[in-house]
Amino acid sequence: MSRVIYFDNNATTQVAPEVFEAMKPFLTELYGNPSSMHTFGGQVEHYIRSSRESVAKLIGCDSSEIIFTSCGTESDNAAIKGVLAAYPEKKKIITTRVEHPAVLAPCRELQGLGYKVVELGVDKDGQINLDELKAEVDDDTAIVTIMYANNETGVIFQIDKIAEIVKSKDVVFHTDAVQAVGKIPLNLDKSNIDLLSLSGHKLHAPKGVGVLYIKKGTRISPFIIGGHQERGRRAGTENVAGIVALGKAAELAIEYMEEENTKVKKLRDKLENALLKSCKDAKLNGDKINRLPNTTNISFEFIEGEAILLLLNQFGICASSGSACTSGALEPSHVMRAMGVPFTAAHGSTRFSLSRYNTEEEVDFVIEKMPLIVNRLRELSPFVK
Amino acid sequence: MWDYNPKVMEYFLNPKNAGEIENPDGVGEEGSLACGDALKLTFKLDKEGRIADAKFKTFGCASAIASASIMTEMIKGLTLDEASKITNKDIVEKLGGLPEQKMHCSVMGMEALQAAIANYHGEKAKKKVEGKIVCTCFGVTDIEIEKVVLENNLDSVEQVTNYCKAGGGCGSCRGEIQMIIDKVRGKKEEGVQTVPTHKKLTNIQKIQLIQKTINEQIRPLLKAHGGDIDLIDVEGSKVIVAFRGMCSQCPTAEFTMKDVVEARLHEFVSEDIIVEEQTV
Repeated sequence: MSRVIYFDNNATTQVAPEVFEAMKPFLTELYGNPSSMHTFGGQVEHYIRSSRESVAKLIGCDSSEIIFTSCGTESDNAAIKGVLAAYPEKKKIITTRVEHPAVLAPCRELQGLGYKVVELGVDKDGQINLDELKAEVDDDTAIVTIMYANNETGVIFQIDKIAEIVKSKDVVFHTDAVQAVGKIPLNLDKSNIDLLSLSGHKLHAPKGVGVLYIKKGTRISPFIIGGHQERGRRAGTENVAGIVALGKAAELAIEYMEEENTKVKKLRDKLENALLKSCKDAKLNGDKINRLPNTTNISFEFIEGEAILLLLNQFGICASSGSACTSGALEPSHVMRAMGVPFTAAHGSTRFSLSRYNTEEEVDFVIEKMPLIVNRLRELSPFVK
Repeated sequence: MWDYNPKVMEYFLNPKNAGEIENPDGVGEEGSLACGDALKLTFKLDKEGRIADAKFKTFGCASAIASASIMTEMIKGLTLDEASKITNKDIVEKLGGLPEQKMHCSVMGMEALQAAIANYHGEKAKKKVEGKIVCTCFGVTDIEIEKVVLENNLDSVEQVTNYCKAGGGCGSCRGEIQMIIDKVRGKKEEGVQTVPTHKKLTNIQKIQLIQKTINEQIRPLLKAHGGDIDLIDVEGSKVIVAFRGMCSQCPTAEFTMKDVVEARLHEFVSEDIIVEEQTV
């Protein structure tokens, strides 16, 4: 493929060149095991420490609260199952209907094992009702797990208020912040969040590395055992190159945070406004205000998402869709359905997610092509009158 | 990403016969916005009653558009009688194959064609009235499921979902779909094999053959559902059996008994066998 316009950064991101340079030595000459007694291996430990500090700085916590994992999904599983194991007497889990499958699937599995799982609904903006949450958190609740920002719509939840409510009932609060970290500033020292998941490949580090933040004093059992690594909280020889890469990516994220919320946001807004104006029957999905600066989710009514994506692909444009057909499932995105987006619009929902590597020319190119694609599919559609 | 072959991509990117014929002789509509794909087929006949022109409009993915487009090409020049014999398999073959999860797109094409032909004959689209709805999420009836199973030689619920969407929503009808598959398969095997001419058997031979048939033909089927069967007694042409495990409490056990056990015994032992369940 010749030209690629990558507007699918909520799926994964390009590894930053600086990140790749930083991790290279650990895939070549510095291959030692950080647990070894000899200097050759032991010296690697120093780099892991400094990476831990960088990640801690990015999310505003102490480096001892950072546990490296293999991915965001592992972090989510470890948080939920680890807390349940630490509170065997409690049998209730509270989450939302719009979580990523990395949270929803383990919760539903636990439901099958006898746990009571409450999935809070969302309004048309994709927000939960805080009073509903308040009413559900009780003595039997082991954990509340609610995402920081939604991957499909970019909608940011009122996490500080949610964490406060959960804290006031003395229950553990976990948030899947995989989409938020690196895009919006976080300060965990000043929040009531007990556990937080993040993933390297969503912020320009490679795939295969993630973090579970565990606030000091949080009771949690280890998910993976069999070694003393991460102070016994996550066994397994460290993914040194990945961890170093994540450290570098965290440094860069701090450096570019401002740009993410100005330049990237401006590009997103330009794209969004133009498409809503130039494409017929186009509607924005989710809370317009409380939203990640890089994400827009637009429904093109009466046409189908997979067809949109394949035609975009002809121009080298990468995006994603909540249509049923793209996943092989038969029903459209659970997020769209939870928000009450009608079927007519859910099947044609398309997500564009940008990064600091995108340019205005790329945005202009998509603005030029998208109406052509929409019109072409509308001509084929039996529902367009 | 789907692995679409170049022909499917060609028909998706440059679809032939897109649009709608004015004052058509037949109109067929299938699918709905809710289901994620829909097709409107229109055709016009020439003086000899052959399809002179056909056009389609599709809301759906690449394979739905490609299936509809190639079908309009396939039916041109055919009489309605010839066109009505086109199955989803023919459409898939013509496209050079579709991903397994996309087979329902070809089925939609076939159904729209049948609806359009029925429309020409002055009949209403009979889809929703014929048979009983099995999958309430996608509104698929038992007759439609039987048809895809039979025509495409399907043997799992997953395949049925791929072909006609049934079972792909809440999943509560998957048990029922499995029973339809078992029923159709039972019938099909019967149909394929030449009806065995049963030799005159002695009582001992007959009982042995019944036991053998139960062991080899019936038990494996029931075991797949967590059940089992025991032969209790044989009195003349009456075969008394007992269902064990899941089958013993199954509310549809009578259906299983009648359609599976008896059919197999008729096939392999004797036509006059009557199966009864042991009364406790």
